[in-house]
Amino acid sequence: MFRLEGSKTLAVDLAGDAVKAKNGSMVAYEGQMSFKKMTGGGEGLRGMVTRRLTGESMAVMQVTGQGTCYFADRASEINLVTLHGDKLYVEASNLLCTDAGLRTGTTFTGLRGGATGNGLFTTTVEGTGQAAIMSDGTAVVLRVSAQYPLFVDPGAYIAHQGDLQQHLQSGVNFRTLIGEGSGESFQIRFEGEGLVYVQPSERNTIGGNV
Amino acid sequence: MNGPVVFDPMTLPADDNVNAYTFCVELKGSQWFLQKGKMIAYYGQINFDGIGHGRFERLVRASFHSPLHASDWVVAEGSGKMLLADRAFDVNSYDLDDGNLTIRSGNLLAYQPSLALKQSIVPGFLTLIGTGKFVAASNGPVVFMEPPLRVDPQALVGWADCPSPCHHYDHGYMTGLMGGLRALTGIGGASGEEHQFEFVGAGTVLLQSSEALMGELSTGAVPQQPGVPGGGTPRAPGQLGDLQRRFGM
Repeated sequence: MFRLEGSKTLAVDLAGDAVKAKNGSMVAYEGQMSFKKMTGGGEGLRGMVTRRLTGESMAVMQVTGQGTCYFADRASEINLVTLHGDKLYVEASNLLCTDAGLRTGTTFTGLRGGATGNGLFTTTVEGTGQAAIMSDGTAVVLRVSAQYPLFVDPGAYIAHQGDLQQHLQSGVNFRTLIGEGSGESFQIRFEGEGLVYVQPSERNTIGGNV
Repeated sequence: MNGPVVFDPMTLPADDNVNAYTFCVELKGSQWFLQKGKMIAYYGQINFDGIGHGRFERLVRASFHSPLHASDWVVAEGSGKMLLADRAFDVNSYDLDDGNLTIRSGNLLAYQPSLALKQSIVPGFLTLIGTGKFVAASNGPVVFMEPPLRVDPQALVGWADCPSPCHHYDHGYMTGLMGGLRALTGIGGASGEEHQFEFVGAGTVLLQSSEALMGELSTGAVPQQPGVPGGGTPRAPGQLGDLQRRFGM
């Protein structure tokens, strides 16, 4: 069971079951816990090879035991996500902890990755259970529906879930080339039904400077 | 355990904070000035165009008087709701009612065109004059103080209603050869607090609760004209960078 202690520490109550967490993110625990490094994100040999090839590397440990385990990472804000059989797309660096029952994998994100500076691949979390994702500052969760598509700055995007299509939209024109760009030349357009998580801070991106 | 609050265009606040770090602006065919790269997401139909766009000539004539900062600003135009944020700094909106406020240029995120933006005589600061709303960022919540007051340069966000801003140096560090050496080298002990900004007169001073500054871009210099501060007054030759004056010679 995941719960937040304040906004920057995740507490997980374990009763003999297991969670997967970012390697080294445990800050304290009560009870009996054992920690095991999982090579290749706990996705077996195939995951190991895929993650090495795609550069979407994720150092993960499995935590098993009885009691409460606390996780935190660089005072990042933590957001809980509940999955009911749907799929969460998140950058590996923003993923803190998942239920052991959730499957993680990598997927190709297309052109967007190039502009976000996150690489061309992202991590997926699939199944039923809870996950905890991290953001720089409290994340805002925005609903996308058929009549309300959403435009997101690639540097502020951290995750999305649900049945969403994403398109990279560019407003580059001759003004950009003469230094009169708008600074918002690249946006990701989300369409469909689902939720998008944005953080109140922008990573440095190639697209962000034009 | 409650899930996170999910926002959609109906539930997002209009011209108010979503959380401490994110501000939502509602556009209804109206325009806002926006510092580049501070928009994180939007719903609706919004266009972002550089200040230099010919269409904005009238708008710029009325409310943008900072040629040095023109390349940092864009005009957001259209209808919808957009979210503004900056490096997870605290974001707040302020209303000016026929008033004036001077703010560090990096801290200002956005403002309504009913305000006029002008460069302050103090380099690196911008002054907003008129009536309207603007959005500013600070590292930690903003504290409002009344002059007379001395503040650390790094904690200063801005000031309203024109108190007189000036430098203040602790006396011991300014006098004689030893004082100059200590201030320059730190040898002999420097607390890092020998230099402050001093405010006197009526008004309000805005401080942030940390000494982390917003990154600032070099925006060039004001035109070299006689009487313009920072305009590069011609210097007499052979001055050794004013070192000898520093040492009381």
